[in-house]
Amino acid sequence: MDNTAGKPVDPRVIDATLPYMKAFYGNPSSLHFFGQKPRKALEEARAKIAELINAERKESVIFTSGATESNNMAIKGVAYRNKDRGTHIMTSSIEHMSIVNSCKFLKTRGFEVTFLPVDNCGFVNLKSLEKELTDKTILVSIMYANGEIGTIQPIKEISQIVHSRSAYLHVDATAANGQVPIDVKEEGIDLLTISSNDMYGPKGIGALYIKEGTRIEPLIHGGGQERGLRSGTENLPSIVGFGKAAELAKAEIPNESERASKIRDKLIKGLLDSIPNSFLNGHPTKRLPDNAAVRFSFIEGESMLLSLDMLGVAASSGSACTAKTLEPSHVLLATGLKHEEAHGSLLFTLGKQNTEEEVDYVINIMPSIVKRLRAISPLTPKELKE
Amino acid sequence: MYSEKVMEHFKNPRNMGEIKDADGVGTVGNPVCGDMMTIYIKVKDNHLEDIKFKTFGCGAAIATSSMMTELAKGKTLEEALKITRANVADALGGLPPIKMHCSNLAADALHAAIEDYYKKQKEGTKK
Repeated sequence: MDNTAGKPVDPRVIDATLPYMKAFYGNPSSLHFFGQKPRKALEEARAKIAELINAERKESVIFTSGATESNNMAIKGVAYRNKDRGTHIMTSSIEHMSIVNSCKFLKTRGFEVTFLPVDNCGFVNLKSLEKELTDKTILVSIMYANGEIGTIQPIKEISQIVHSRSAYLHVDATAANGQVPIDVKEEGIDLLTISSNDMYGPKGIGALYIKEGTRIEPLIHGGGQERGLRSGTENLPSIVGFGKAAELAKAEIPNESERASKIRDKLIKGLLDSIPNSFLNGHPTKRLPDNAAVRFSFIEGESMLLSLDMLGVAASSGSACTAKTLEPSHVLLATGLKHEEAHGSLLFTLGKQNTEEEVDYVINIMPSIVKRLRAISPLTPKELKE
Repeated sequence: MYSEKVMEHFKNPRNMGEIKDADGVGTVGNPVCGDMMTIYIKVKDNHLEDIKFKTFGCGAAIATSSMMTELAKGKTLEEALKITRANVADALGGLPPIKMHCSNLAADALHAAIEDYYKKQKEGTKK
């Protein structure tokens, strides 16, 4: 139940991909017949992705190597191209590191960056957004939903504020795409990051939606593929797989999001009801259908992960001990959790292969895991030990 | 990521608990950092007659606490003071590099408990 870290590739996606590795290996840019079928497949995939996010035209979708590149391109590409208009960029304090570090890099190149605070549920503070937004602001980048706490941002409201000035709105939808319907037109999004693996497509492929007329500079220069915005021979098999994944997601989102939300709520309720001093991270209802983020007082996340792993359950945690750094997750700390609360966080993300029986199993084994670790912990108050 | 020995001590920690009338108590670490442990010792004829631990932290923190109590139990205080972080890690078949600093606090906690015992002894003789 750690689908945020990596999802299986849907077998239907694999089937769609294979012909483009075996038979149709041609270069989509070639004029001769080897390139014709690949060129057609490339544009069909692009159209499917455009359809998933309701883009005005398929040419607005640019393929990249994944969400990290899309985020880098959105932040740096817009910054470089628009610095004649202003040098101020805004983002939130719970973004993915590819946003955080792109913004920090731009700071060393003379740009000003505002990291907006979030409330306890993880919602971006809209008053701060309104207050800090000026005519010098060229870009605001806010994630659609956060994969660690599940919270879904009010993108339409954010867009209205951003567009009351002349800034662009970039939305990183990596955690959300394939789970909830996204409509770039209806929600007023200028740039949107989407990734393939997060909707059961292959890894190493993603896209950036760029609304027509948006001023942006390419990061990768070369032979001028992707309308000159992203050079390099197209990764056709992955692009075809990504397109198939988008097609499947569009068809399956309504049912799957309802199914996942139901077992997610069962998991959250089951854990919070049976374990004292346990809490939900993020918002109770405005959250991703797959995301059950909880925390338990007096114990540490990694020891819970190990215990779950011994019983055949893979999960994730906000604890420093599972990461390469010693600091707990910046997302959890930004929502106002204390360090020791962040250390005790546990994240279950449910994929379409996860069943209600599996959720029942976790609800069943978790109380004794928490009880055992609390018995070992010196922080556990006496009344909880009996 | 962890050795079999670490996992074994994590699953079945030795000498876990408290000693109510301990002769020395040592606490190191901090819940803010994600690792904290308390060591209780009972001393008889200059030997560690009993030793118990309580630990908040990751798998490595729990396993090192458990292993340290095994290494220390029955030793003279002088011998116990010679137990190092490296001894504990070696006895567990090694630890991942990132855990060597943050979670390998058990030897420090043992030394703190023995210091506490010495301090109490001094105060006792003064009275």
